[in-house]
Amino acid sequence: MVWTIELCIARQKAGSERHYQTYQIEIDPDEYVLDAVEKAWAFYDRSLTFRHACHHSTCGACGMLVNGVEKLTCITPIRSVVQDKGRLLIEPLRNFPILSDLVVDTSSMFNNLNKVSFNQVASLPAACLPYESEQPEHAHPEYERLVDCIECGMCISACPISLTSSDYIGPAVLAAAQHESIQSLSPRILEVVDNKNGVWRCHSAYECSAVCPSGVEPGWRIMKMRQAVIAHRIKSFFSSD
Amino acid sequence: MNNNDPSSHHFLRWFDPRHKSIGTIAFIINRFSALGLTVYLILHLVVLSKLASGGQAYDEFLILAKSPVIKIGEMFVIAGGIIHGANGVRIALNSFGFLVKIQKELFIGLMILSLAIIFYFGVHMFSGAQN
Repeated sequence: MVWTIELCIARQKAGSERHYQTYQIEIDPDEYVLDAVEKAWAFYDRSLTFRHACHHSTCGACGMLVNGVEKLTCITPIRSVVQDKGRLLIEPLRNFPILSDLVVDTSSMFNNLNKVSFNQVASLPAACLPYESEQPEHAHPEYERLVDCIECGMCISACPISLTSSDYIGPAVLAAAQHESIQSLSPRILEVVDNKNGVWRCHSAYECSAVCPSGVEPGWRIMKMRQAVIAHRIKSFFSSD
Repeated sequence: MNNNDPSSHHFLRWFDPRHKSIGTIAFIINRFSALGLTVYLILHLVVLSKLASGGQAYDEFLILAKSPVIKIGEMFVIAGGIIHGANGVRIALNSFGFLVKIQKELFIGLMILSLAIIFYFGVHMFSGAQN
């Protein structure tokens, strides 16, 4: 089965105005949105720039706005977002500077992740969410795995507070801080999260959790981080001389 | 800076509910209700200031206050207060780490409760107007 879709892609080079370019793409509806973007690049316009790598939702590179919603395009089937002869709108993630077309500069997120010493590998119990229905049978601290966050930046793109403030460190970093703080709530993490641009700036819209492709639940983690910070403050108050 | 960067100038986009989840609907409702209550507070202070103009000016206002338009306005104030308060309860609970996993259900439940309370107030206010 082949569908014909109108692929409308935002084009913008750094510092220039955004415009939209439309391509007629023939595609199997069971292919993915990233495949459609690649076809536009391969058959129509080699100047189109976009980021992609693993094509199986591990690298987090291909996050884009698909019809206005943050999606990991490598795992978003065409048939889930458009119909035959329909129009598919592709735009870059919000709240990051545009480098070129669909490529955004996520360096601020990675710099902030470094500040909380986010480690992509964690012990198996620490890498699992407490409410995950299927906990590993033999969860042992010696076993390790990659944590769920793939650092795609989609939570920051969806966050209404990140929309209006570049100072807010954002849900990805706060979720990473919460993950690290399970082991130990270090002064370094507290310094990053316990301030007006940290954990207290979230306004509970939970868009971060809604768009997260990995089930990290940044919104839940931010609230857990608040709980930990409050507990720390109470402990500090009573332990101080 | 291009229009994709975070900027305080983008705050109007907060109120765009397209493609958003229920959390953003709660976020938008909280902002509208807060703005409404703030406007009411200002109006309230303006009205109270009429006391400084003497008893007659205030009495004239009280007659105006019994008009249906003002009553509907008061109804909006009550609705705003109840909805904002209920939403605040959700945020406060969540902020202490409680019921975060069911924040959507919590919001829907609190809004249904709010509507019931608003309905109760409405019935009392408008039936009382006949007396």
